[in-house]
Amino acid sequence: MKPIYMDNNATTRVAPEVVEEMLPYFSDLYGNPSSMHAFGGNVGAKLKAAREHVATLLGAQPDEILFTSCGTESDSTAIHAAIRSHPEKKHIITTRVEHPAVKNLAEHLAKNGYRVTFVPVDRQGRLDLDYLYQKLSDDTAIVSVMWANNETGTIFPVEEIARTVRERGIVFHTDAVQAVGKIPINMAESAIDMLSLSGHKLHAPKGIGVLYIRKGTKFAPFLMGGHQERGRRAGTENTASIIGMGRAAQLAMACMQDENTRVRTLRDKLETELLKRVPCSMINGDPENRLPNTTSIAFEFIEGEGILLLMDQYGICASSGSACTSGSLEPSHVLRAMGVPFTAAHGSIRYSLSIYNTEEEVDFVIDKMPPIIQRLRQMSPFWKEGRIA
Amino acid sequence: MWDYTEKTKDHFLNPRNVGFIDDFDGIGEVGSLACGDALKLTFKLDDNKRIADAKFQTFGCASAIASSSALTEIIKGMSLEEAAKVTNEDIADYLGGLPKEKMHCSVMGRDAMEKAIAYYRGEAEKKIEGEIVCECFGVSDVQIERAVRENGLTSIEDVTDYVKAGGGCGNCHDKIQFIIDRVLGNTPRAAKKPEALTNIQKIKMIDATLEREIKPALNQDGGDIELVDVDGNRVLVKLRGTCASCSKSQITLKHYVENKLKELVSQDLVVEEV
Ligand SMILES: Cc1ncc(COP(=O)(O)O)c(C=O)c1O
Ligand code: FES
Repeated sequence: MKPIYMDNNATTRVAPEVVEEMLPYFSDLYGNPSSMHAFGGNVGAKLKAAREHVATLLGAQPDEILFTSCGTESDSTAIHAAIRSHPEKKHIITTRVEHPAVKNLAEHLAKNGYRVTFVPVDRQGRLDLDYLYQKLSDDTAIVSVMWANNETGTIFPVEEIARTVRERGIVFHTDAVQAVGKIPINMAESAIDMLSLSGHKLHAPKGIGVLYIRKGTKFAPFLMGGHQERGRRAGTENTASIIGMGRAAQLAMACMQDENTRVRTLRDKLETELLKRVPCSMINGDPENRLPNTTSIAFEFIEGEGILLLMDQYGICASSGSACTSGSLEPSHVLRAMGVPFTAAHGSIRYSLSIYNTEEEVDFVIDKMPPIIQRLRQMSPFWKEGRIA
Repeated sequence: MWDYTEKTKDHFLNPRNVGFIDDFDGIGEVGSLACGDALKLTFKLDDNKRIADAKFQTFGCASAIASSSALTEIIKGMSLEEAAKVTNEDIADYLGGLPKEKMHCSVMGRDAMEKAIAYYRGEAEKKIEGEIVCECFGVSDVQIERAVRENGLTSIEDVTDYVKAGGGCGNCHDKIQFIIDRVLGNTPRAAKKPEALTNIQKIKMIDATLEREIKPALNQDGGDIELVDVDGNRVLVKLRGTCASCSKSQITLKHYVENKLKELVSQDLVVEEV
């Protein structure tokens, strides 16, 4: 059974063009880019090109691009760089809806001598900006706000926040892992100081990330050792993946239009039809400011795991807003921060599309979902045709 | 991902006995929407007082549905005495085993069965026995102790897997550890480094010790104790119930409470009645 893959915020298919570009660097072209000989040097030239492609995608300069091992490393590097370059400052601002890559680090720092402000969101998942601005102080080392939320697709006004934060002379970082490739980004006209992205969310392989660091931003390396990445991240380069990342950046530029027209239309069709055909269902997040590929829909009175496993019977891949292991029976911290009621949060499903999805697939899912929901609701003690029993 | 046995999958995909028996003889409901799973069990007896039919409605993950389905299959044809003896292990075994972190689903089945039988026998709905230890999931010390004893649990994570307690905010972890240690007969961990206590920690520990260790013992004799204040190493308490009128109250206090607190919290504590 060919999977119907609608879980692209979790990870994406590596584009065939990217695979093709990478393969020689696993076999024949294994040279070390730092070597003096041409065999290695040629690989170095290829890395340089890849760096330029990523810079182009972000509207940045090539020397503002740092390759890392994943989105998580980029986030950690950025936050650590800021607090180590401003050791006297002991305050950090982030949000209640960050990915664990930022959230858990912030919570860790909160236990280790930092004051951390977690900015709340409203029922639509929109940030309380006044609250954020009020908390800015001379003691603030960094403000880190994600560009787009991985669970709901909600886009945050990071450009605006970055401008205000810059006026106060504070470093601004954004986790743009879900935004890059889906919405236009231009660092040349931005006040953002650092930006994280992750290859496997835009059709490059897993295990390659990028940290954009604006020229002039104070930096302290996370990994120390060799002189790779101009001393900002030691370790022999992951050549094949960096080259794949470069190719993926080129493709993302070319596909941005498609993502925002065709993919958006597919997402809208999926969402509209499901809401129409399934009673007691609703969108999580801000329907206005949203990634074009993501919809998180709450199906009330049932639990996510059962939904996912019944979808799995048809090869439909998506994610749920709750991880039902006993250790975390509570629904996701994102949905909880938004105040989504328990009746809805447990049964929330995130569909995240990509350029590889087709209308046929969307129609198939629209067709299969209502009976799945119906079947689980008939088993649920809380379901009485739309009312809590 | 599917980490379930074929039998569990089968009972999830083709659940047996879904529904509600309108003229039930017994009904048991456990769990809630907030907890993430819930089960409503109904049964009907035949002329020989054996379970002729059983039906369930479940809100929850796949293994919660499969456990409910298994439970109804197991108990059909049983007498109530037999059904009362069904354990969560029996439910898990019937399914060929459950992943450890899903054992709470089988516990939910057993709890619903117990409640349904109590309903039939006209026993007043049992209030949750003991005191709530985990606020997040409403789990009492008695439930935790039972799970620890019956399943040989040794860690907080184990307890979370079986009865969910401790899976939320984590505030109850110390208390859970306390219960585990008590059941396993270990010296409570809290007693290991009494010197390093901050004031807050000390007050918390005194409170926890009173709640877990001292109150239940006094309650057995119809008495009660309440913590009023902690001032340095002076623990100020108030006595209520029979203890207060009991002529030996001073002695009870001095010997029992103080010794316990010295043993479990800090050697330096003195207890005073206010
Ligand atoms: C918003 C966000 N940040 C960070 C990450 C982590 O990226 P990586 O898996 O490359 O470490 C993810 C991926 O799940 C994400 O969605
Ligand atoms: S009180 Fe037990 S986890 Fe919150």
